[in-house]
Amino acid sequence: MVILHVNDLTLKFGGLDVIDRLSFDVEEGAIVSLIGPNGAGKTSVFNCLTGFYRANAGDIRFQGQSIMRLKPHRITKKGMARTFQNLRLFKNMTVLENVMSGMHCRTTVGALGAILHTPRQHLEEAEIHTVAEECLDFVGIRDHKDRLARNLPYGDQRRVEWARALATRPKLLLFDEPAAGLNYDEKERLMDLIRRIRADLKITIFLIEHDMGLVMRISEKVVVIDYGKKIAEGNCDDVQCDPKVIEAYLGKEDEEGN
Amino acid sequence: MADNTSPTVPAAKKPGLEERLMSLLDDRKRRYPVYAILILGTLLVPSIGDNYVLEILSNSFFYIVLCLGLNIVVGYAGLLDLGYAAFFAVGAYTTGILTSHYGWNFWLTIPAALVFAIIAGVIIGGPTLRLRSDYLAIVTLGFGEITRIVARNLKDITGGPSGLIGISRPSFFGLELNQIHHYYYAFFILVLLAIFASYRLQHSRLGRAWQYVREDEDAAEAMGIDRVAIKLYAYVIGAVFAGVAGCFFAAKMTAISPDSFQFMQSATILMAVVLGGMGKIPGMVVGALSLVLFPEVFREIGSMRMLVFGVVLIAMMIFRPQGIWPERRN
Repeated sequence: MVILHVNDLTLKFGGLDVIDRLSFDVEEGAIVSLIGPNGAGKTSVFNCLTGFYRANAGDIRFQGQSIMRLKPHRITKKGMARTFQNLRLFKNMTVLENVMSGMHCRTTVGALGAILHTPRQHLEEAEIHTVAEECLDFVGIRDHKDRLARNLPYGDQRRVEWARALATRPKLLLFDEPAAGLNYDEKERLMDLIRRIRADLKITIFLIEHDMGLVMRISEKVVVIDYGKKIAEGNCDDVQCDPKVIEAYLGKEDEEGN
Repeated sequence: MADNTSPTVPAAKKPGLEERLMSLLDDRKRRYPVYAILILGTLLVPSIGDNYVLEILSNSFFYIVLCLGLNIVVGYAGLLDLGYAAFFAVGAYTTGILTSHYGWNFWLTIPAALVFAIIAGVIIGGPTLRLRSDYLAIVTLGFGEITRIVARNLKDITGGPSGLIGISRPSFFGLELNQIHHYYYAFFILVLLAIFASYRLQHSRLGRAWQYVREDEDAAEAMGIDRVAIKLYAYVIGAVFAGVAGCFFAAKMTAISPDSFQFMQSATILMAVVLGGMGKIPGMVVGALSLVLFPEVFREIGSMRMLVFGVVLIAMMIFRPQGIWPERRN
């Protein structure tokens, strides 16, 4: 079954076609990667999918419903969560509070409940805490839950972001360059984590990544774009041999492929 | 383990007087007796203080409630609001109009003021909260002035520029509230309620959502938080605080006029919030108290006192921009 269906997606900034009639599918339960040279429009695709950019034309269907006109928070509530390329943590809040933010869209108690401490508020707060701690446990940083996010080492801050996205209880998780800035060990653990997210939590994974080694090792399908156009799509071996892909990466392949 | 209250941990920097004073209050066990003494002391003031003292303190209490309300907007949600007096005007005029024109009982005007404050909050907040920082400040300033000018010009309802006079005094189980110490206690109860509500809101799902939006709007939105709705929520709750305070203001003064709700009023409340330390409940108490008490304490130096006050404020902003009692996190 297709969980995410993108059809003829087009995004223009002024006269520039950032995304040009891009179409692809993400199958439920798959690990799919979106790759392309710098400036190819990968993050723009993510921003369109999650509602941060409004595409000019085309259609995006998530679980069969069009999400083209929805605001980001509505899309998150529908079950699509994302992480950011540059960390966007709530820096002056604790790790636990950061992750609790993911549960906001799954809970409802308002001001009166908060002031009067109604039984429902107690239940919800307990649930928020439980889910947040489970997510922290899942990414392996539960010990740091009471520290301020900004005081954590970089690799752990990344993990806070992943836990936070998991706490929204998504069906589809979008990772924007999750391995950027991570060392070898951390990348190994990231791959393990991505596989566990799919296996244990039944979440479909769609990621942008520059580390070709990582992409080729975990993805079942790769979509390659350049200048906003899709130039190849398929399994890792086919894409790696595709002459168009080699051309797009020519001269950069060594440094990008480490 | 970072335990800032423990003196045995060798710190890189020796804690200053301020840190030591603050850490005294970090421990809950030590905090509650301090609160109890403060409350008891406040309750006993009417038996020793004269009317002048009671008047000044009631006035401070009133400002504490307003500051706590504005703190939800400015401190928790991080929205710069320069028209806060509008909501306090809504509350005061609701009580004034309903009691003098329609003969309503004072206590029934409070729920009515709540409803009108919410409506005013939605009307003003709905279109403006999509804007960011500077633009929002200008638009709220405009709405604040619109509210005052409407009050000035709706002569038949609001009494025009001369306002409403002879607003009837409320009675409480047969006791007519007409002494200053009645209002001293009434405002004190409002302060306690406002502190209680602020505290609980701050430590709730909603309070956290405000902080997420304040820290990073886009990330909050990506986490499924509707930033416009959550800001509107803060704005409306802030309006409710001011609306209720306005009801009691009208009852205490028995007369209200548009001049009570000028831009300076909004600016003064905002100043107290910034002075006290945005986002911190004790900061609001300290901020409002210093704003009201300072000009009174230095009354002897006459007109010089506002000059001195101005200098003190500027010095504060240079040397301690985070306020007297800022939010502190370790």
